[in-house]
Amino acid sequence: MSEHDATATSLRRTPLFETHRALGARLVEFGGWEMPVQYSSILEEHRAVRERAGLFDVSHMGEFYVEGAGAVALLQWLVPNDVARLQVNQALYTQLCRPDGGTVDDLLVYRLADERFMTVVNAGNIEKDWGWIASHATERPDVRLTNAADETGLLALQGPRAEAILQPLTQTPLADIAYYHFHPGTVAGVACVISRTGYTGEDGFELYFPAEHAVGLWNALLAAGQPQGLLPAGLGARDTLRLEAGLCLYGHELTDEITPLEAGLGWTVKLNKDSDFIGRTALEEEKRTGLRRKLVGIEPRDRGIPRAGYPILREDQTLGEVTSGTLSPTLDHPVAMGFVPPADAAVGTELEVAIRGKPVPATIVALPFYKRPK
Amino acid sequence: MAQTDQPKDLKYAETHEWVRVDGDEATIGISDYAQDELGDVVYLDLPWDDTSGHTLAQGGHFGDIESVKATSELFTPVGGTIVRVNQALKDHAEQVNSDPYGAGWMIVVKMSNPADLDKLMSAKEYTQFLGKPGH
Repeated sequence: MSEHDATATSLRRTPLFETHRALGARLVEFGGWEMPVQYSSILEEHRAVRERAGLFDVSHMGEFYVEGAGAVALLQWLVPNDVARLQVNQALYTQLCRPDGGTVDDLLVYRLADERFMTVVNAGNIEKDWGWIASHATERPDVRLTNAADETGLLALQGPRAEAILQPLTQTPLADIAYYHFHPGTVAGVACVISRTGYTGEDGFELYFPAEHAVGLWNALLAAGQPQGLLPAGLGARDTLRLEAGLCLYGHELTDEITPLEAGLGWTVKLNKDSDFIGRTALEEEKRTGLRRKLVGIEPRDRGIPRAGYPILREDQTLGEVTSGTLSPTLDHPVAMGFVPPADAAVGTELEVAIRGKPVPATIVALPFYKRPK
Repeated sequence: MAQTDQPKDLKYAETHEWVRVDGDEATIGISDYAQDELGDVVYLDLPWDDTSGHTLAQGGHFGDIESVKATSELFTPVGGTIVRVNQALKDHAEQVNSDPYGAGWMIVVKMSNPADLDKLMSAKEYTQFLGKPGH
Protein backbone atom coordinates (compact mmCIF):
# COMPACT_ATOMS: atom_id res chain seq x y z
CA MET A 1 0.00 0.00 0.00
CA SER A 2 1.18 3.47 -0.71
CA GLU A 3 -0.61 6.77 -0.90
CA HIS A 4 0.20 10.41 -1.09
CA ASP A 5 -0.97 13.31 0.92
CA ALA A 6 -2.75 16.27 -0.66
CA THR A 7 -2.38 18.82 2.07
CA ALA A 8 0.11 21.14 0.40
CA THR A 9 -0.70 24.69 1.38
CA SER A 10 -0.28 26.34 -2.01
CA LEU A 11 -3.38 24.71 -3.53
CA ARG A 12 -6.32 26.92 -4.48
CA ARG A 13 -9.75 26.35 -2.99
CA THR A 14 -13.29 27.11 -4.12
CA PRO A 15 -15.73 29.05 -1.88
CA LEU A 16 -17.21 25.65 -0.94
CA PHE A 17 -14.02 24.18 0.51
CA GLU A 18 -15.23 24.28 4.14
CA THR A 19 -18.65 22.99 3.07
CA HIS A 20 -17.02 19.98 1.42
CA ARG A 21 -14.93 19.34 4.49
CA ALA A 22 -18.02 19.49 6.72
CA LEU A 23 -19.68 16.91 4.43
CA GLY A 24 -16.75 14.56 5.03
CA ALA A 25 -15.33 14.84 1.52
CA ARG A 26 -11.95 13.39 0.69
CA LEU A 27 -9.97 16.29 -0.76
CA VAL A 28 -7.26 15.85 -3.38
CA GLU A 29 -5.09 18.00 -5.62
CA PHE A 30 -6.51 18.51 -9.10
CA GLY A 31 -4.97 20.98 -11.56
CA GLY A 32 -3.55 23.09 -8.73
CA TRP A 33 -6.83 23.03 -6.77
CA GLU A 34 -7.80 21.21 -3.60
CA MET A 35 -11.06 19.57 -4.62
CA PRO A 36 -13.45 16.91 -3.32
CA VAL A 37 -12.76 13.60 -5.08
CA GLN A 38 -15.58 11.82 -3.24
CA TYR A 39 -18.00 12.31 -0.35
CA SER A 40 -19.22 8.77 0.22
CA SER A 41 -18.05 6.49 -2.59
CA ILE A 42 -17.23 7.16 -6.24
CA LEU A 43 -19.46 4.22 -7.25
CA GLU A 44 -22.44 5.43 -5.20
CA GLU A 45 -22.09 8.99 -6.47
CA HIS A 46 -21.76 7.74 -10.04
CA ARG A 47 -24.93 5.66 -9.74
CA ALA A 48 -26.80 8.57 -8.13
CA VAL A 49 -26.07 10.70 -11.22
CA ARG A 50 -27.11 7.95 -13.66
CA GLU A 51 -30.28 7.03 -11.78
CA ARG A 52 -31.29 10.18 -9.86
CA ALA A 53 -29.05 13.25 -9.56
CA GLY A 54 -25.70 14.49 -8.32
CA LEU A 55 -24.45 17.96 -7.36
CA PHE A 56 -20.89 18.93 -8.27
CA ASP A 57 -18.89 21.97 -7.23
CA VAL A 58 -16.90 22.88 -10.33
CA SER A 59 -16.18 26.45 -9.31
CA HIS A 60 -12.52 25.79 -10.09
CA MET A 61 -13.32 26.16 -13.83
CA GLY A 62 -12.29 29.50 -15.34
CA GLU A 63 -14.72 32.04 -16.82
CA PHE A 64 -13.55 34.84 -19.11
CA TYR A 65 -15.74 37.51 -20.70
CA VAL A 66 -15.06 38.58 -24.27
CA GLU A 67 -16.97 41.73 -25.15
CA GLY A 68 -17.14 44.41 -27.81
CA ALA A 69 -17.59 44.97 -31.53
CA GLY A 70 -14.61 42.70 -32.26
CA ALA A 71 -15.64 39.85 -29.94
CA VAL A 72 -16.99 37.61 -32.70
CA ALA A 73 -13.95 38.18 -34.89
CA LEU A 74 -11.51 37.42 -32.05
CA LEU A 75 -13.32 34.22 -31.04
CA GLN A 76 -13.60 33.10 -34.65
CA TRP A 77 -9.82 33.48 -34.94
CA LEU A 78 -9.21 31.61 -31.65
CA VAL A 79 -11.43 28.53 -32.07
CA PRO A 80 -12.17 26.02 -34.87
CA ASN A 81 -15.92 25.92 -34.19
CA ASP A 82 -18.21 28.54 -35.74
CA VAL A 83 -18.98 31.15 -33.10
CA ALA A 84 -20.77 33.37 -35.64
CA ARG A 85 -23.55 30.79 -35.88
CA LEU A 86 -24.28 30.91 -32.14
CA GLN A 87 -27.59 32.46 -31.18
CA VAL A 88 -27.86 34.60 -28.05
CA ASN A 89 -28.52 32.18 -25.13
CA GLN A 90 -26.78 29.34 -26.94
CA ALA A 91 -23.46 27.66 -26.07
CA LEU A 92 -20.98 25.58 -28.04
CA TYR A 93 -18.10 23.25 -27.30
CA THR A 94 -14.79 23.98 -28.99
CA GLN A 95 -11.02 24.19 -28.50
CA LEU A 96 -8.20 26.70 -28.57
CA CYS A 97 -5.74 25.36 -31.12
CA ARG A 98 -2.09 26.08 -31.71
CA PRO A 99 -0.81 26.89 -35.20
CA ASP A 100 0.30 23.22 -35.49
CA GLY A 101 -3.21 22.02 -34.62
CA GLY A 102 -2.35 20.88 -31.09
CA THR A 103 -4.86 21.77 -28.40
CA VAL A 104 -4.19 24.58 -25.93
CA ASP A 105 -7.44 23.75 -24.13
CA ASP A 106 -11.03 22.74 -24.73
CA LEU A 107 -13.78 25.09 -23.65
CA LEU A 108 -17.39 26.23 -23.83
CA VAL A 109 -18.37 29.52 -25.46
CA TYR A 110 -21.63 31.15 -24.32
CA ARG A 111 -23.22 33.94 -26.34
CA LEU A 112 -24.67 36.17 -23.61
CA ALA A 113 -25.55 38.98 -26.04
CA ASP A 114 -24.70 39.90 -29.63
CA GLU A 115 -21.29 41.25 -28.64
CA ARG A 116 -20.85 39.66 -25.22
CA PHE A 117 -19.51 36.12 -24.71
CA MET A 118 -18.40 34.00 -21.77
CA THR A 119 -15.78 31.29 -22.25
CA VAL A 120 -15.36 28.50 -19.70
CA VAL A 121 -11.94 26.85 -19.57
CA ASN A 122 -10.31 24.08 -17.56
CA ALA A 123 -9.11 24.99 -14.07
CA GLY A 124 -5.57 23.81 -14.65
CA ASN A 125 -5.29 25.94 -17.79
CA ILE A 126 -6.69 29.26 -16.57
CA GLU A 127 -3.35 31.12 -16.63
CA LYS A 128 -2.21 29.48 -19.88
CA ASP A 129 -5.50 30.24 -21.67
CA TRP A 130 -5.75 33.77 -20.33
CA GLY A 131 -2.23 34.46 -21.61
CA TRP A 132 -3.03 32.83 -24.96
CA ILE A 133 -6.27 34.72 -25.51
CA ALA A 134 -4.84 38.04 -24.31
CA SER A 135 -1.82 37.68 -26.60
CA HIS A 136 -4.15 37.41 -29.59
CA ALA A 137 -6.22 40.41 -28.51
CA THR A 138 -3.42 42.96 -28.15
CA GLU A 139 -4.16 44.57 -31.50
CA ARG A 140 -7.89 44.55 -31.00
CA PRO A 141 -9.01 47.73 -29.24
CA ASP A 142 -12.58 46.70 -30.09
CA VAL A 143 -12.47 43.77 -27.63
CA ARG A 144 -12.53 43.90 -23.85
CA LEU A 145 -11.36 40.79 -21.95
CA THR A 146 -12.22 40.10 -18.32
CA ASN A 147 -10.92 37.20 -16.24
CA ALA A 148 -13.84 36.48 -13.90
CA ALA A 149 -12.62 33.05 -12.76
CA ASP A 150 -12.23 34.03 -9.10
CA GLU A 151 -15.57 35.84 -8.87
CA THR A 152 -17.65 33.16 -10.57
CA GLY A 153 -19.13 30.10 -8.90
CA LEU A 154 -20.18 27.05 -10.92
CA LEU A 155 -22.36 24.18 -9.75
CA ALA A 156 -23.38 21.26 -11.94
CA LEU A 157 -26.68 19.53 -11.16
CA GLN A 158 -26.70 16.37 -13.26
CA GLY A 159 -28.97 13.38 -13.68
CA PRO A 160 -32.44 12.39 -14.86
CA ARG A 161 -34.08 14.18 -11.90
CA ALA A 162 -32.11 17.43 -12.33
CA GLU A 163 -34.97 19.38 -13.89
CA ALA A 164 -37.50 18.19 -11.28
CA ILE A 165 -35.12 19.23 -8.49
CA LEU A 166 -34.23 22.62 -9.96
CA GLN A 167 -37.65 23.77 -11.18
CA PRO A 168 -39.18 24.53 -7.75
CA LEU A 169 -36.22 26.85 -7.03
CA THR A 170 -36.67 29.07 -10.11
CA GLN A 171 -39.34 30.92 -12.09
CA THR A 172 -37.46 30.19 -15.33
CA PRO A 173 -39.34 27.48 -17.27
CA LEU A 174 -36.60 24.88 -17.53
CA ALA A 175 -38.40 22.73 -20.07
CA ASP A 176 -37.94 25.61 -22.53
CA ILE A 177 -34.14 25.48 -22.25
CA ALA A 178 -32.83 23.10 -24.91
CA TYR A 179 -29.55 21.17 -24.71
CA TYR A 180 -26.56 23.53 -25.07
CA HIS A 181 -28.81 26.51 -24.49
CA PHE A 182 -29.08 28.67 -21.39
CA HIS A 183 -31.14 31.42 -19.83
CA PRO A 184 -30.38 34.08 -17.24
CA GLY A 185 -32.58 33.52 -14.20
CA THR A 186 -32.80 33.39 -10.43
CA VAL A 187 -32.27 30.15 -8.51
CA ALA A 188 -33.03 30.17 -4.77
CA GLY A 189 -32.71 33.96 -4.85
CA VAL A 190 -29.33 33.94 -6.62
CA ALA A 191 -28.89 35.45 -10.09
CA CYS A 192 -27.56 32.67 -12.33
CA VAL A 193 -26.87 31.71 -15.88
CA ILE A 194 -28.91 28.50 -16.07
CA SER A 195 -27.27 26.33 -18.71
CA ARG A 196 -28.46 22.96 -19.98
CA THR A 197 -24.98 21.50 -20.28
CA GLY A 198 -22.81 19.04 -18.42
CA TYR A 199 -19.95 16.60 -18.43
CA THR A 200 -21.64 13.38 -17.33
CA GLY A 201 -23.64 12.09 -20.29
CA GLU A 202 -26.89 12.81 -18.42
CA ASP A 203 -29.42 15.58 -18.69
CA GLY A 204 -28.67 18.40 -16.29
CA PHE A 205 -27.80 21.99 -15.65
CA GLU A 206 -24.76 24.08 -14.93
CA LEU A 207 -25.33 27.24 -12.90
CA TYR A 208 -22.94 30.21 -13.11
CA PHE A 209 -23.33 32.83 -10.38
CA PRO A 210 -21.38 35.30 -8.20
CA ALA A 211 -19.00 33.22 -6.10
CA GLU A 212 -20.09 34.77 -2.78
CA HIS A 213 -23.44 32.96 -3.10
CA ALA A 214 -21.85 29.53 -3.50
CA VAL A 215 -22.62 28.15 -0.04
CA GLY A 216 -26.23 29.35 -0.02
CA LEU A 217 -26.96 28.01 -3.48
CA TRP A 218 -25.22 24.68 -2.79
CA ASN A 219 -27.23 24.17 0.40
CA ALA A 220 -30.51 25.12 -1.31
CA LEU A 221 -29.89 22.64 -4.14
CA LEU A 222 -28.82 19.88 -1.77
CA ALA A 223 -31.90 20.38 0.41
CA ALA A 224 -34.23 20.47 -2.60
CA GLY A 225 -32.64 17.36 -4.08
CA GLN A 226 -32.19 15.11 -1.11
CA PRO A 227 -35.82 13.87 -1.08
CA GLN A 228 -35.21 12.89 -4.73
CA GLY A 229 -32.04 10.97 -3.95
CA LEU A 230 -29.56 13.69 -4.93
CA LEU A 231 -26.01 13.14 -3.65
CA PRO A 232 -23.12 15.56 -3.54
CA ALA A 233 -20.66 14.15 -6.06
CA GLY A 234 -16.92 14.63 -6.39
CA LEU A 235 -14.36 14.70 -9.15
CA GLY A 236 -13.95 10.91 -8.95
CA ALA A 237 -17.51 10.31 -10.14
CA ARG A 238 -17.22 13.21 -12.60
CA ASP A 239 -14.30 11.38 -14.19
CA THR A 240 -15.97 7.95 -14.40
CA LEU A 241 -19.17 9.57 -15.73
CA ARG A 242 -17.43 11.56 -18.47
CA LEU A 243 -15.35 8.53 -19.43
CA GLU A 244 -18.44 6.33 -19.88
CA ALA A 245 -19.90 9.16 -21.97
CA GLY A 246 -16.73 9.19 -24.13
CA LEU A 247 -15.93 12.83 -23.29
CA CYS A 248 -12.35 14.08 -23.51
CA LEU A 249 -10.44 15.30 -20.47
CA TYR A 250 -7.74 17.85 -21.12
CA GLY A 251 -4.32 16.45 -20.19
CA HIS A 252 -5.48 12.96 -21.22
CA GLU A 253 -7.33 12.84 -24.55
CA LEU A 254 -6.36 16.41 -25.47
CA THR A 255 -2.97 18.06 -24.98
CA ASP A 256 -0.77 20.62 -26.70
CA GLU A 257 0.40 17.72 -28.89
CA ILE A 258 -3.01 16.20 -29.71
CA THR A 259 -5.29 17.78 -32.33
CA PRO A 260 -9.09 17.83 -32.02
CA LEU A 261 -9.29 15.69 -35.18
CA GLU A 262 -7.19 12.95 -33.56
CA ALA A 263 -9.41 13.14 -30.48
CA GLY A 264 -12.53 12.45 -32.55
CA LEU A 265 -13.79 16.03 -32.28
CA GLY A 266 -14.00 16.64 -36.03
CA TRP A 267 -17.67 17.59 -35.59
CA THR A 268 -16.51 20.73 -33.73
CA VAL A 269 -13.86 21.70 -36.31
CA LYS A 270 -15.51 23.88 -38.99
CA LEU A 271 -12.85 24.02 -41.70
CA ASN A 272 -15.36 25.68 -44.02
CA LYS A 273 -16.48 28.49 -41.74
CA ASP A 274 -16.22 32.05 -43.10
CA SER A 275 -13.27 33.06 -40.93
CA ASP A 276 -9.72 31.87 -40.77
CA PHE A 277 -8.62 30.45 -37.40
CA ILE A 278 -5.42 29.45 -35.63
CA GLY A 279 -4.44 25.94 -36.66
CA ARG A 280 -6.64 25.82 -39.74
CA THR A 281 -3.86 25.07 -42.20
CA ALA A 282 -2.45 22.30 -40.04
CA LEU A 283 -5.87 20.73 -39.44
CA GLU A 284 -6.73 20.89 -43.15
CA GLU A 285 -3.41 19.23 -43.94
CA GLU A 286 -4.01 16.56 -41.31
CA LYS A 287 -7.45 15.87 -42.71
CA ARG A 288 -6.09 15.67 -46.27
CA THR A 289 -3.09 13.43 -45.55
CA GLY A 290 -4.76 11.32 -42.87
CA LEU A 291 -4.53 11.21 -39.10
CA ARG A 292 -1.39 9.96 -37.38
CA ARG A 293 -3.46 8.40 -34.59
CA LYS A 294 -7.05 8.14 -33.54
CA LEU A 295 -8.85 8.10 -30.21
CA VAL A 296 -10.72 4.84 -29.67
CA GLY A 297 -12.78 3.06 -27.05
CA ILE A 298 -11.22 -0.12 -25.66
CA GLU A 299 -12.77 -2.93 -23.66
CA PRO A 300 -10.33 -5.35 -22.06
CA ARG A 301 -11.78 -8.83 -21.70
CA ASP A 302 -10.23 -9.61 -18.34
CA ARG A 303 -10.02 -8.27 -14.84
CA GLY A 304 -7.96 -5.24 -13.95
CA ILE A 305 -8.26 -1.57 -14.76
CA PRO A 306 -6.47 -0.12 -17.78
CA ARG A 307 -5.07 3.20 -16.57
CA ALA A 308 -3.57 6.25 -18.26
CA GLY A 309 -0.13 5.50 -19.68
CA TYR A 310 -0.56 1.72 -20.01
CA PRO A 311 0.68 0.48 -23.42
CA ILE A 312 -1.73 -0.72 -26.12
CA LEU A 313 -0.09 -3.65 -27.93
CA ARG A 314 -0.38 -6.36 -30.51
CA GLU A 315 2.11 -9.21 -30.44
CA ASP A 316 4.65 -7.17 -28.45
CA GLN A 317 4.41 -4.25 -30.86
CA THR A 318 3.33 -1.03 -29.13
CA LEU A 319 0.44 0.63 -30.99
CA GLY A 320 -0.28 3.44 -28.56
CA GLU A 321 -1.20 4.30 -25.03
CA VAL A 322 -4.24 4.37 -22.79
CA THR A 323 -5.26 7.97 -21.98
CA SER A 324 -8.04 7.23 -19.46
CA GLY A 325 -9.47 4.05 -18.01
CA THR A 326 -11.73 2.87 -15.25
CA LEU A 327 -14.11 0.19 -14.17
CA SER A 328 -17.35 1.39 -15.75
CA PRO A 329 -19.82 1.39 -12.86
CA THR A 330 -22.78 1.32 -15.26
CA LEU A 331 -21.49 -1.49 -17.47
CA ASP A 332 -19.64 -3.29 -14.65
CA HIS A 333 -16.57 -3.98 -16.75
CA PRO A 334 -13.35 -2.12 -17.45
CA VAL A 335 -13.28 0.52 -20.20
CA ALA A 336 -10.55 2.75 -21.56
CA MET A 337 -9.83 5.37 -24.17
CA GLY A 338 -6.53 5.60 -25.95
CA PHE A 339 -4.76 6.42 -29.19
CA VAL A 340 -3.88 3.88 -31.90
CA PRO A 341 -2.85 4.23 -35.57
CA PRO A 342 -5.90 4.69 -37.86
CA ALA A 343 -5.25 1.26 -39.44
CA ASP A 344 -5.89 -0.36 -36.04
CA ALA A 345 -8.80 1.86 -35.05
CA ALA A 346 -11.79 0.02 -36.56
CA VAL A 347 -14.49 -1.17 -34.17
CA GLY A 348 -13.98 -4.87 -33.52
CA THR A 349 -10.19 -4.76 -33.88
CA GLU A 350 -8.47 -7.12 -31.46
CA LEU A 351 -5.43 -5.97 -29.54
CA GLU A 352 -4.01 -6.04 -26.02
CA VAL A 353 -3.59 -3.65 -23.14
CA ALA A 354 -0.70 -4.18 -20.75
CA ILE A 355 -2.38 -3.91 -17.35
CA ARG A 356 0.29 -3.70 -14.67
CA GLY A 357 2.68 -5.14 -17.24
CA LYS A 358 0.51 -8.13 -18.19
CA PRO A 359 -1.00 -8.13 -21.70
CA VAL A 360 -4.78 -8.54 -21.52
CA PRO A 361 -6.83 -9.20 -24.68
CA ALA A 362 -9.04 -6.25 -25.63
CA THR A 363 -11.43 -5.12 -28.36
CA ILE A 364 -11.94 -1.71 -29.92
CA VAL A 365 -15.52 -0.60 -29.36
CA ALA A 366 -17.55 2.41 -30.46
CA LEU A 367 -17.58 5.53 -28.29
CA PRO A 368 -19.40 6.46 -26.15
CA PHE A 369 -19.50 3.45 -23.85
CA TYR A 370 -22.73 4.76 -22.38
CA LYS A 371 -25.56 6.73 -23.95
CA ARG A 372 -28.49 7.78 -21.82
CA PRO A 373 -31.91 6.44 -22.72
CA LYS A 374 -33.97 9.18 -24.43
CA MET B 1 -12.99 8.71 7.57
CA ALA B 2 -11.00 5.77 8.87
CA GLN B 3 -11.45 4.85 12.46
CA THR B 4 -8.53 5.76 14.66
CA ASP B 5 -8.78 2.64 16.84
CA GLN B 6 -7.21 -0.43 15.25
CA PRO B 7 -8.09 -3.93 16.48
CA LYS B 8 -5.73 -4.61 19.38
CA ASP B 9 -5.15 -8.31 18.64
CA LEU B 10 -3.53 -7.60 15.26
CA LYS B 11 -0.04 -6.57 14.16
CA TYR B 12 0.49 -3.95 11.46
CA ALA B 13 3.04 -3.23 8.73
CA GLU B 14 4.12 0.22 7.57
CA THR B 15 2.66 -0.73 4.18
CA HIS B 16 -0.77 -0.92 5.93
CA GLU B 17 -1.30 -4.68 5.95
CA TRP B 18 -2.45 -6.39 9.15
CA VAL B 19 -1.68 -9.87 10.51
CA ARG B 20 -3.82 -12.05 12.78
CA VAL B 21 -1.82 -14.91 14.30
CA ASP B 22 -3.29 -18.32 15.11
CA GLY B 23 -0.56 -20.80 16.01
CA ASP B 24 1.89 -20.79 13.10
CA GLU B 25 -0.69 -19.40 10.67
CA ALA B 26 -1.04 -15.71 9.91
CA THR B 27 -4.13 -14.22 8.27
CA ILE B 28 -3.36 -11.08 6.27
CA GLY B 29 -5.48 -8.17 5.07
CA ILE B 30 -5.25 -4.38 4.76
CA SER B 31 -6.16 -1.86 7.44
CA ASP B 32 -9.30 0.23 7.65
CA TYR B 33 -7.12 3.26 6.99
CA ALA B 34 -5.79 1.64 3.81
CA GLN B 35 -9.21 0.68 2.43
CA ASP B 36 -10.48 4.18 3.16
CA GLU B 37 -7.53 5.74 1.35
CA LEU B 38 -8.09 3.50 -1.69
CA GLY B 39 -11.82 4.13 -1.91
CA ASP B 40 -14.07 1.67 -3.75
CA VAL B 41 -12.09 -1.54 -4.23
CA VAL B 42 -13.13 -3.23 -7.49
CA TYR B 43 -10.55 -5.96 -8.18
CA LEU B 44 -7.96 -7.96 -6.37
CA ASP B 45 -5.22 -9.86 -8.09
CA LEU B 46 -4.32 -12.55 -5.56
CA PRO B 47 -2.59 -15.92 -6.10
CA TRP B 48 -6.07 -17.49 -6.39
CA ASP B 49 -4.97 -20.97 -7.37
CA ASP B 50 -1.77 -21.01 -5.39
CA THR B 51 -2.19 -23.86 -2.94
CA SER B 52 1.02 -25.50 -4.02
CA GLY B 53 3.18 -24.04 -1.33
CA HIS B 54 4.26 -20.72 -2.83
CA THR B 55 6.82 -19.23 -0.47
CA LEU B 56 7.23 -15.54 0.24
CA ALA B 57 9.86 -13.65 2.19
CA GLN B 58 8.79 -11.01 4.68
CA GLY B 59 7.77 -7.93 2.66
CA GLY B 60 7.25 -10.05 -0.47
CA HIS B 61 4.71 -8.99 -3.07
CA PHE B 62 1.64 -11.25 -2.92
CA GLY B 63 -0.87 -9.38 -5.07
CA ASP B 64 -2.37 -6.15 -6.33
CA ILE B 65 -5.45 -4.26 -5.34
CA GLU B 66 -7.37 -1.92 -7.62
CA SER B 67 -9.81 0.73 -6.57
CA VAL B 68 -11.64 3.07 -8.92
CA LYS B 69 -8.97 5.65 -8.11
CA ALA B 70 -5.73 3.73 -7.87
CA THR B 71 -3.70 0.56 -8.15
CA SER B 72 -1.63 -0.59 -5.20
CA GLU B 73 0.67 -3.48 -4.40
CA LEU B 74 0.19 -5.86 -1.49
CA PHE B 75 3.12 -7.06 0.62
CA THR B 76 3.16 -9.84 3.17
CA PRO B 77 4.12 -8.65 6.65
CA VAL B 78 5.46 -12.12 7.50
CA GLY B 79 7.44 -14.65 5.48
CA GLY B 80 6.06 -18.11 4.81
CA THR B 81 3.97 -20.30 2.58
CA ILE B 82 0.54 -19.30 1.28
CA VAL B 83 -1.96 -21.91 2.44
CA ARG B 84 -5.30 -20.21 1.72
CA VAL B 85 -6.63 -17.35 -0.41
CA ASN B 86 -9.97 -15.64 0.23
CA GLN B 87 -11.81 -16.80 -2.92
CA ALA B 88 -14.86 -14.68 -2.02
CA LEU B 89 -12.89 -11.56 -2.93
CA LYS B 90 -12.76 -12.66 -6.58
CA ASP B 91 -16.36 -11.56 -7.04
CA HIS B 92 -16.82 -9.46 -3.92
CA ALA B 93 -13.80 -7.20 -3.74
CA GLU B 94 -15.99 -4.65 -1.96
CA GLN B 95 -15.70 -6.76 1.21
CA VAL B 96 -12.27 -5.15 1.66
CA ASN B 97 -14.09 -1.82 2.12
CA SER B 98 -17.02 -3.04 4.15
CA ASP B 99 -15.17 -5.39 6.52
CA PRO B 100 -11.38 -4.91 6.23
CA TYR B 101 -10.57 -6.89 9.40
CA GLY B 102 -13.11 -9.66 8.77
CA ALA B 103 -14.56 -10.77 5.45
CA GLY B 104 -11.94 -8.66 3.68
CA TRP B 105 -9.04 -10.94 4.69
CA MET B 106 -6.83 -11.87 1.74
CA ILE B 107 -4.44 -14.73 2.41
CA VAL B 108 -3.31 -17.11 5.15
CA VAL B 109 0.41 -17.72 5.40
CA LYS B 110 2.07 -20.56 7.31
CA MET B 111 4.86 -18.60 8.93
CA SER B 112 8.44 -19.73 8.35
CA ASN B 113 9.89 -17.36 10.91
CA PRO B 114 7.62 -16.16 13.73
CA ALA B 115 10.30 -13.63 14.68
CA ASP B 116 9.04 -11.62 11.67
CA LEU B 117 6.20 -10.54 13.95
CA ASP B 118 8.64 -8.66 16.18
CA LYS B 119 9.31 -6.20 13.37
CA LEU B 120 5.62 -5.25 13.08
CA MET B 121 3.67 -2.57 14.94
CA SER B 122 1.09 -3.00 17.67
CA ALA B 123 -2.31 -1.34 17.23
CA LYS B 124 -1.15 1.55 19.38
CA GLU B 125 2.08 1.95 17.42
CA TYR B 126 0.19 1.80 14.12
CA THR B 127 -2.24 4.48 15.28
CA GLN B 128 0.74 6.69 16.20
CA PHE B 129 2.33 5.88 12.83
CA LEU B 130 -0.82 7.05 11.03
CA GLY B 131 -0.70 10.30 12.96
CA LYS B 132 2.75 11.16 11.65
CA PRO B 133 3.06 13.24 8.49
CA GLY B 134 4.50 11.63 5.39
CA HIS B 135 4.14 7.99 6.44
